[in-house]
Amino acid sequence: MKIHEYQAKEILRKYNVAVPEGKVAFSSDEAVNIAQNEIGGDVWVVKAQIHAGGRGKGGGVKVAKNLQEVSDYAKQMLGMTLVTHQTGPEGKVVKRLLIEQGVNIERELYVGITLDRAISKNVIMVSTEGGMEIEKVAAEAPEKIIKESVNPEVGLQQYQARKLAFALGLEGTQHKNAVKFLTALYNAYEKSDCSLAEINPLVVTKEGNVIALDAKMNFDDNALFRHPDIVEYRDLDEEDPLEIEASKYNLNYIKLDGNVGCMVNGAGLAMATMDIIKLAGGEPANFLDVGGGANKTTVANGFKIILSDPNVKAILINIFGGIVRCDRVAQGVIDAAKEMDIHVPIVVRLEGTNAKEAGELLAASGLNFEVAATLKDAAEKVTAVLNK
Amino acid sequence: MSILVNNKTRLVVQGITGGEGSFHTEQMIAYGTKVVAGVTPGKGGSEFLGVPVFNTVEEAVKIQKVNTSVIFVPPAFAADAILEAANAGIKVIVCITEGIPAADMLKVYNSIKNKDVVLIGPNCPGVISPGEAKVGIMPGFIHKKGKVGVISRSGTLTYEAVKQLTDAGLGQSTCVGIGGDPIIGSRFVDIIKLFNEDKDTAGIIMIGEIGGTAEEEAAEFVRKYVKKPVVGFIAGRTAPPGRRMGHAGAIISGGKGTAAEKMAAMKKAGIIVVESPAEMGLTMLKALSSRKKKKTSAKSAKKKTKQLPKRKNAVKSKSKKNVKKSSRQRR
Repeated sequence: MKIHEYQAKEILRKYNVAVPEGKVAFSSDEAVNIAQNEIGGDVWVVKAQIHAGGRGKGGGVKVAKNLQEVSDYAKQMLGMTLVTHQTGPEGKVVKRLLIEQGVNIERELYVGITLDRAISKNVIMVSTEGGMEIEKVAAEAPEKIIKESVNPEVGLQQYQARKLAFALGLEGTQHKNAVKFLTALYNAYEKSDCSLAEINPLVVTKEGNVIALDAKMNFDDNALFRHPDIVEYRDLDEEDPLEIEASKYNLNYIKLDGNVGCMVNGAGLAMATMDIIKLAGGEPANFLDVGGGANKTTVANGFKIILSDPNVKAILINIFGGIVRCDRVAQGVIDAAKEMDIHVPIVVRLEGTNAKEAGELLAASGLNFEVAATLKDAAEKVTAVLNK
Repeated sequence: MSILVNNKTRLVVQGITGGEGSFHTEQMIAYGTKVVAGVTPGKGGSEFLGVPVFNTVEEAVKIQKVNTSVIFVPPAFAADAILEAANAGIKVIVCITEGIPAADMLKVYNSIKNKDVVLIGPNCPGVISPGEAKVGIMPGFIHKKGKVGVISRSGTLTYEAVKQLTDAGLGQSTCVGIGGDPIIGSRFVDIIKLFNEDKDTAGIIMIGEIGGTAEEEAAEFVRKYVKKPVVGFIAGRTAPPGRRMGHAGAIISGGKGTAAEKMAAMKKAGIIVVESPAEMGLTMLKALSSRKKKKTSAKSAKKKTKQLPKRKNAVKSKSKKNVKKSSRQRR
């Protein structure tokens, strides 16, 4: 799960990670009020809140030197479609702003914490190349990223935090503050079951403070059951409406840009089916894993979701019945298709338990299914219907 | 032979009285797996599906001499169940549970990694040695005893591979679903090592997917040590970056873990990478028969070759036995 920058900063504040004064605003009036009465000072930053990086380049981050500018920038940003390298060409509409105090930046650094799957440990990384895309730094100057892996049984140790702070070239008060910052950040990461905590840039101010100027936190979906407060942060505006709809039916759906919809049981087979569609000359319109309990209701809901995407020109159903009985799935497909008036060709491939009976049911249904016997056959039939 | 589970497997089901646990216990018993104990805290002393239930794994080990565990307990308690099994002296733990927090698995993984125990999963279909034992949720009837080892991060895609093999007349020595999570007990390289050492595994199918670098790590091992033919497929070539494709571990992050990278690494290691998942079975058939041809021609050329003819006989007698066994399988 992803959250907004201002939400991440709220969490960080709870764990005593230094962040600038700031608050979320939904209107320009609110923005001005926050700047004037809650933050004070004479420089503010207006930041568009969307779930994507690269906002500065797209005009989503502006420094305001007076309250009029706060108001102007807020008006400009609210409602604008912000396009960054992470949003895709369609961009995202800005509905929330973070109003923050201006900070006297001396240096911009980087710190990130994530799971290193290769060693099954969390790893904390720092770099002097703050403000840049860290993937770029990793590719071009990997020696500028310094890493420490954390033993989960004892957590991040002080010597590790000290070492990282020294690697950033910090001394005196700055070093002390950085150690405090890194320790607190790791604590926040661990306690809130993050899958990623990234501060880019991490800034050292002229006063010697070490502050998270930006903050990105992603969470382990599997651990959300123990963090109801984080679940509250979910912003449905940031998600695809079809995906929200699908999640109501316990369907695992991801919308893509292609023309062939697919409905599959199992994540691996679903990905493989998408690959097959591509090899057959189509483009997958979605990822859809209906899970272990494929029945009439799940199939009907799956159809509904897939067909609400106007780009879909054909549907491939690929179910490998292990515990699931194929004849029941077939009946579900038939019932749903009869009720729903489906106007695109459907290729059905049911394999495994009772596959033969399933084939007979589909053939006898009088409906226009392309029944495929094997995965290869399914691919060929998809190609055929696309070329019709 | 086979790896990890066989007819000496004495299985305890942790979470035997739960919905998933009870359903699959029935299936495993029907397949012929020796399910000799169940564990559900608080229900010790009772019997379930004809299997004695214990409060702790320790008791199951002591009284029923179990050596293998399969775990069906809900995600919030699964890490605890794994540690309980490991500390009770179980040697092979198969965790089926999906949805365990990564932080829990971090602790489990690091606390058991130096112990004499093999953890398979979590979030996996389990392990089956056809004709011997089924420890997991895979449909038994698609399998056939034989010489191909299958290893995969996914469930139904593994079934797909198995079905293709069986249809091509190729049986399997053992099929291992290692699981789709970012932190798993055994990785590709661990299982490929076992298959490589197993005399009765003649070829290996490895089915990877996007995310992480475990396939690359395995490819490096194959390049160095594996002489048996390895056929590979990577699912998720069309997956967009930054999205979790169902499995918690199936995500391209920071531009890393793409299918293209993995396929390139595997090809470089001499693995026969198939473009289409529909071609896994036949590709293995080709690889094995071309190897056979090479072997026989090498043998006839010079009789003192290192390829021992003994092995062939051993396999033959085994497969005869298997015919009897598989006719017993239900479903």
